[in-house]
Amino acid sequence: MSPVVRDGEAILHEARALMTRRVTEPSRRAFLARTLSLGGVALLSGCSLDDNASVESALDKMSRWNDRVQAALFRQDVLAPTFPESSITRPFPFNAFYSMDEAPVVEEADYQLELSGLIADKAPWRLDALRNFASPRAAQQITRHVCVEGWSAIGRWGGVTFSDFLRRIGADTTARYVGFKCADDYYTSIDMPTALHPQTLLALTYDGQTLPREYGFPMKLRIPTKLGYKNPKHIRAIFVTNTYPGGYWEDQGYNWFGGS
Amino acid sequence: MSTLTKSAPPAAKPPVRSRPVQPGWLRVTHWLNVLAVLVMVTSGWRIYNASPIFGFRFPNDITLGGWLGGALRWHFAAMWLLALNGLVYLLINLASGRLSRRFFPVTLRGVMRDAFAALRGRLAHDDPRHYNQVQRVAYLFAVLDLVLLVASGLAIWKPVQLGWLCTLFGGFQGARLVHFLAMAALVAFVAVHVVMVALVPRTLRTMITGR
Repeated sequence: MSPVVRDGEAILHEARALMTRRVTEPSRRAFLARTLSLGGVALLSGCSLDDNASVESALDKMSRWNDRVQAALFRQDVLAPTFPESSITRPFPFNAFYSMDEAPVVEEADYQLELSGLIADKAPWRLDALRNFASPRAAQQITRHVCVEGWSAIGRWGGVTFSDFLRRIGADTTARYVGFKCADDYYTSIDMPTALHPQTLLALTYDGQTLPREYGFPMKLRIPTKLGYKNPKHIRAIFVTNTYPGGYWEDQGYNWFGGS
Repeated sequence: MSTLTKSAPPAAKPPVRSRPVQPGWLRVTHWLNVLAVLVMVTSGWRIYNASPIFGFRFPNDITLGGWLGGALRWHFAAMWLLALNGLVYLLINLASGRLSRRFFPVTLRGVMRDAFAALRGRLAHDDPRHYNQVQRVAYLFAVLDLVLLVASGLAIWKPVQLGWLCTLFGGFQGARLVHFLAMAALVAFVAVHVVMVALVPRTLRTMITGR
């Protein structure tokens, strides 16, 4: 693939991401107008549209509070339930902020996993190196994927326990966050205790096959203790940091911890 | 006569004001609960719309939050008001003895009798301090339904950390269904409750001023 084409694709992704944000924003602004039509809620603060910012800021604070409560509730020894193979949802639903035919095409030959931040060995990883690292430590799980929208589906993912990988690259496991950048311009971040949970999986396969494009080729992070939007697909970079990295949906209002 | 008035003993002071029909803590928790339920139900409808269980959606105009993320922010903020206010209500109600005084005994016979009397328009509301059997069972139902809403809501929020609770509701989708049905039951209660208040407006005054 020539660099020119790759640039074109990057611009497309950028535009798509920007458009998605523009599309959702007017409805966010409209929410208080609708609030006003609910007489009882108007009692809240004698709301006017000017209070939009202060209402938003109060809701922000509550969401940060809920992050802290969820972090306190989280226990590394509490495992997500696992299921027999017969209960796998077929076909497993595709879900993203774009349609299935827009899913990114990642070429194995070009692919490198970039590492940055509080990591001792920042050397990038080729896909075959990742597979070689994973195969003697193979882990798999049949767990329920819960979407923030309310639907859920049971799937089978295989790969390597993420904490094994973090230790291998010398990640500072006392840091607060692990962040992810994806080939579809999606980005998200998780708390370190969840990153080290025994069921948090660097997934390279789905249902025994190489992770297909629609489920996140070449790799995704499978976290059965978090909602779907905290399970990034098409990961191209991982970083460890103490600075809050946010996320694609989280920056628009979804709760950051997103734990289940 | 004036001398007599002047020398009146303390016992002749104006009578002590009678205790309010609805104590202050009850009025405060009632109206905070109204606010919490209003926010929870209208934001909950928007959340439901993102992935409907049944073949319908709630009109977006009567929902709160503007989009799924906004509705979730309202829902997960107001849940604290609903749960903590409900806890305060339950604790004072139990500790003060009001719960047992006002709500019990409640019998099936009594409920049937009062329900028939109400349908024939013969149920007296002359003493707002006294809940008839239909009121008792209706308010107890509302309280228990809210407890069920909080419990099923917790199971949906934390299906892994509170896995035992989620299992109790038959898994994640089971908890969603229970949460929805309990919401529908609460909305039905509110509809009847508001109609009854309109028929006996005095009860609205006692819930605001206490008298």
